[in-house]
Amino acid sequence: MRGREDEWTGLMRSAMAGDDAAYHRLLKAIAPVLRAAARRGLSRAGQPPDQAEDIVQEILLAVHLKRHTWDSEAPFAPWLFAIARNKLIDALRRRGRRVFVNIDDFAETLPGEAPQETASANEVTAQLNTLPQRQRDVLQSIAVDSASIRDTAAKFSMSEGAVRVALHRGLAALTAKLRDH
Amino acid sequence: MDTDQLIRTLAADNAHRAPRVGAMLTMALLVAAPLSILIFATFLGVRADVMSAMRNPFFDMKFAVTLSLAIPAIIVSLHLSRPEALMRGWGWLLLLPVGLLAVAIGSEAMMAPAMPATMRLMGKNSRACLMAIPAMSLPLLAGAIFGLRHGAPARPALAGALAGLLSAGLAATLYATHCTDDSPLFVATWYTIATVVVTGIGAAVGARVLRY
Repeated sequence: MRGREDEWTGLMRSAMAGDDAAYHRLLKAIAPVLRAAARRGLSRAGQPPDQAEDIVQEILLAVHLKRHTWDSEAPFAPWLFAIARNKLIDALRRRGRRVFVNIDDFAETLPGEAPQETASANEVTAQLNTLPQRQRDVLQSIAVDSASIRDTAAKFSMSEGAVRVALHRGLAALTAKLRDH
Repeated sequence: MDTDQLIRTLAADNAHRAPRVGAMLTMALLVAAPLSILIFATFLGVRADVMSAMRNPFFDMKFAVTLSLAIPAIIVSLHLSRPEALMRGWGWLLLLPVGLLAVAIGSEAMMAPAMPATMRLMGKNSRACLMAIPAMSLPLLAGAIFGLRHGAPARPALAGALAGLLSAGLAATLYATHCTDDSPLFVATWYTIATVVVTGIGAAVGARVLRY
């Protein structure tokens, strides 16, 4: 346990110093831990565990967008678990409320909405479709087609700087939509 | 989008560097301050007898009280902008102005004051105080909440309340240069009511907009 958490702290320090590969490894390493926690939280709340992945993705987005609040002198794990707990509680609360207003929700939003199973299986994908075209293109290119920033810039004849801006704005907008929807 | 794809996307954005919450809060307060000062200059202004007032320790005491509210509130609000932060061990900082006021009230009582306590408490400016401090607080409160949105507070309402405390403390510092009531009894009553109002607004707004 200790060793694993020290490793995370080391990876996060490297990531903050600009090591993208270390950041990628860190996120890969924490995802299964977050997944297990999300499943446990859902089952304790009497919710189906198949929504755990949505919660994991929300936690990862929050970790990413709030990583400047991590103090590089402090251990990484308590910071991570505080965010995870916060997002899990939020998600459970939201799901509780949604069950309650379920029927109205569907009556109002069904026409023209993305197929329902996509939305419930992956909220990030559903919200992705509501982003401005440019941000969606860039996110899809990097996420789904695993293109680099440079390749994405060439594909859409944008500058690399513009791709970076669209990427970051897209992720921030996605997080805000997930939080407020 | 599966989680591996999301992780790849986040890693691609690693080069993006956000400023620290403290820098964001400072900037937002500096943008908001001129608006509060404009309200002050338009409707209030510094009291005419300020030079002689400065020789009155109870005039100076007002600034000790308001700044001992504003500065600790800024420090605690920045502390609480970290997701894992707890209030424990930090709350006593917010009792500083209360302690100062208690000492001031005690020493005024021992000094055989010129007016009876009820008159000192009611003063001449209670209505102005109740309007001016919240009015001058609002731009600062908006700035503080904007700055703190950059953080990740575990308890958004508490973080919003601290934004209220810090903006009320700063606004009260301005107001204290205008107000001719220097009795700590007046400060303890009317400044406190005004501060509670602003803190309540901050908590209500914070609960909605400081979730991350």
